[in-house]
Amino acid sequence: MAKDLLLEIGLEEVPARFLRAAMNQLREKTEKWLDASRLSYDKVEAYATPRRLAVLARGVAEKQDDVNEEVKGPSRKIAQDANGDWSKAALGFARSQGVEASDFTFKELGGVEYIYATKSLNGQEASALLPEGLKSIISSLTFPKNMRWGTYDFRFIRPIRWMVALFGADIVPFEITDVATNRVSRGHRFLGSETSIAQASDYVEALRGQHVLVDVEEREALILKQIRDLAEQKNWNIAIKEDLLEEVLFLVETPTALFGTFEESFLNIPQEVLITSMREHQRYFPVLDAEGKLLPFFVTVRNGDAKSLDVIAKGNEKVLRARLSDAKFFYEEDQKVAIQDSLAKLENVVFHEDLGSTGDKVRRIRQTADSIATQLKLGSETAQHISRAADICKFDLVTQMVYEFPELQGVMGEDYARKAGEKEEVARAVFEHYQPRFAGESVPASIVGSVVSLADKTDAIVGFFGIGIIPTGSQDPYALRRQAAGIVQILLDHHLELTLEQLFGLSIAVHEQAGHLKRSADEVRKDLHDFFELRVKKLLSDTLRYDIVDAVIAAGFGDIAAVVARGKALMHAVQHEEDFKTTVESFTRTSNLAAKAQEREVKPELFEDEAERELFESWELLHGQRETWAYAEEEGTMTAAAAELTALSGLKQPITTFFDRVMVMAEDEKVRANRLALLAAVDSDLKQFADFGKLVWQ
Amino acid sequence: MNFQSMILTLQQFWAEQGCINAQPYDTEKGAGTMNPMTYLRSLGPEPWKVAYVEPSRRPSDGRYGENPNRLYQHHQFQVIIKPSPDNIQELYLDSLKALGVDPLIHDIRFVEDNWENPTLGCAGLGWEVWLDGMEITQFTYFQQVGGMETNPVAVEITYGMERLASYIQDKENVFDLEYVEGMTYGDVYRQAEYEHSKYTFELSDAQMLFTLFNMYEQEAGRAANENLVFPAYDYVLKCSHTFNLLDARGAISVTERTGYITRVRNLARKVAAAYVEEREKLGFPLIKKEVEA
Repeated sequence: MAKDLLLEIGLEEVPARFLRAAMNQLREKTEKWLDASRLSYDKVEAYATPRRLAVLARGVAEKQDDVNEEVKGPSRKIAQDANGDWSKAALGFARSQGVEASDFTFKELGGVEYIYATKSLNGQEASALLPEGLKSIISSLTFPKNMRWGTYDFRFIRPIRWMVALFGADIVPFEITDVATNRVSRGHRFLGSETSIAQASDYVEALRGQHVLVDVEEREALILKQIRDLAEQKNWNIAIKEDLLEEVLFLVETPTALFGTFEESFLNIPQEVLITSMREHQRYFPVLDAEGKLLPFFVTVRNGDAKSLDVIAKGNEKVLRARLSDAKFFYEEDQKVAIQDSLAKLENVVFHEDLGSTGDKVRRIRQTADSIATQLKLGSETAQHISRAADICKFDLVTQMVYEFPELQGVMGEDYARKAGEKEEVARAVFEHYQPRFAGESVPASIVGSVVSLADKTDAIVGFFGIGIIPTGSQDPYALRRQAAGIVQILLDHHLELTLEQLFGLSIAVHEQAGHLKRSADEVRKDLHDFFELRVKKLLSDTLRYDIVDAVIAAGFGDIAAVVARGKALMHAVQHEEDFKTTVESFTRTSNLAAKAQEREVKPELFEDEAERELFESWELLHGQRETWAYAEEEGTMTAAAAELTALSGLKQPITTFFDRVMVMAEDEKVRANRLALLAAVDSDLKQFADFGKLVWQ
Repeated sequence: MNFQSMILTLQQFWAEQGCINAQPYDTEKGAGTMNPMTYLRSLGPEPWKVAYVEPSRRPSDGRYGENPNRLYQHHQFQVIIKPSPDNIQELYLDSLKALGVDPLIHDIRFVEDNWENPTLGCAGLGWEVWLDGMEITQFTYFQQVGGMETNPVAVEITYGMERLASYIQDKENVFDLEYVEGMTYGDVYRQAEYEHSKYTFELSDAQMLFTLFNMYEQEAGRAANENLVFPAYDYVLKCSHTFNLLDARGAISVTERTGYITRVRNLARKVAAAYVEEREKLGFPLIKKEVEA
């Protein structure tokens, strides 16, 4: 026989951002407990609203399964003597387990035989296990922020005000703080009232009757439908941002979407500002036209029914008007401040106590950006734009608007810079230098923005590494991983002729000059190498097999574009070239023996076999081919990396012949050394492409 | 409902819930939390119930009486109940009804907002209460006061009176609020708003304020060393207000800011610890009273 099990934890309003995770956790912990308690069930459904977390386990067995449990005892050696009689230890074990020694079984474990006692356990009634079980599930829930209330020594996400626990139609009795379980739940705060739940399976409908939609998906679908209906009716394009929808979803028990308006004169403020103010401060959905231009309307979702929506719209309009008036005030005031004056204020903003002020940082960005521009041999006009963009890239941090909305950094800078008469390239770069701001965002489109972005990000990473702040595990307070990924992506997408080592070198020089490095430059380089190796690996792993990634990274990754091209070429060969496996086998055989080489210089006069000469000449020929590979790329027939791999593959035949005909470990010491030197020479070319030994064959 | 009636209504409502109607404290402060009726009384094991209006000065929010929403000095209606009662949210919602706010025709929500006052070493969890999208109340369960864990936990309800009134009276501009019949909020406060803003931003003597800050700080420390809790705390409040004036004047750089906040916090913590010590010496008399009752 099976029954449904309901647990509802009634709470004061739980923060919206924690609710989904809490709901999933409650479901998982309930499933885990049922499994561990050997109570079978069909499935566990979970529900959440601002005022409740609930699970409904369907078809829970009324009794635990009966089971036979095997308990391991001493080894057979200890348990039995030569005659097969039981020792004291064995008899003691039988007593403690409540079985007869004659019922022992034997089993081997790690080469040793042990005795086992088999006990049969009768399943207990679920109703006897549930009170402690449910209580332990609730106590085991963890939240990012806990609190205490009243006089209780109990921590939870918010105060628990009621609990419903039903197994079928019966209350599962237990208490937490002074709250005892019951069958009475509470409905919507204003529209509903208390409601008695006759049996667990009635839960969803009983709460619906009290104006609470407990099912998260149903609520989300209803909100989306209401917003879309409004959009259709008004011919609007309502931008639904995922995280805002998620928050709104967990702020309401009965959703009703409504709209309001604001004065058109506010549309003179940049659209991003208005949208941010509406979203961040008021949790409104902005309304756009078909071209993506903002319209003077907003959509909000009320926690209640459709009564008196005009009153609510009017109230919300009043609040928004005050908010937008503030934004307008900031926007106008900010433009009265000269960029130069804002830059002066950056001297008083601490970037990090060991890395100076933001003013100091800006000067370093400028120096690094200029060095990069020189390295890339950019034209003088572009270089000038870069210098100016680097100088002013952080000025908006001290504007009132960015103080109010930190996420508008760069956005305001671009707008203000343009209005202040800066060159278009410069203004654009002030925004772009923050890109990519999150995973998946594109890199700066312009070269000016890219160079300043590289300088800014490299300055941060090298600076923090220099004072020993290196991300570990989940600790990355300055988002250095994201910035490193950004650097790699920019170098790659813009095909910049700049290696990571060069970039680090430029920034290390600047930090050294500023006296910021607390560790030796070599140590910093080593840590940077390891840190970026992981980032590059991650980038490559998106499209390439892991063993291929390992193989090409082993050949160096400072030139990002090159390592990507090598990876692609290798992937193609592995997947599409029929006898590539034997090619690689010849390479790995070469590498294995090359490791034994002492001599580096190959002496042709010591060759005894034609196969040696053939391999030597093939290898020499390969050296002269680098230009040919580059030419292939220019021709567009294949990438330089693919051409290189094709050339390397050409070594397979002479290598195979060499091994077939030549005995490498010859008696004559000189001949042997010379043969190993030849293999080492070949190997060093192979290793410039990849460590082929890392490839894995199924 | 005019501004004065709102205050009277809330006083009456919370008096009926057993709160003492206390008076505003006579030293400048930025928030009702800084009144010793809250800051000190929420410490230690003794029960406490109080409600009062607190004129709260925020020098940097001064706008010369020209901005419809921002003020040098606004009014908070503050309720503190320790330990927090189980039905505190319902009581609060009833108080809104007493002010004529019908929850069925409005949208009232509890939106997460964790409150912190680093200057006083206070932190709590709770919400801002939204009325049709407008924040009208801060609702907080104190978890830490003066750097000490609270036990039992006090709940603090802070009504923003001007905002609430602008909603109830449907006024766009705070200065147009009806204070009592025939008298606006502007009639009562506008001149002070202008003069305080002008003084704060243009006239205040930073050098003198720095000197005062140091003197107040020293005096607070001296009194605290003698376990004279209340006099010491008065000087802490003066430090805090002086710091706010300097900050509004732009006389404190971002770098120095943290340093000043730390200095005030250290004093506030010292006073908080001394308060609990002194109450303990007295045998926590309010606990006894509760037992007798």
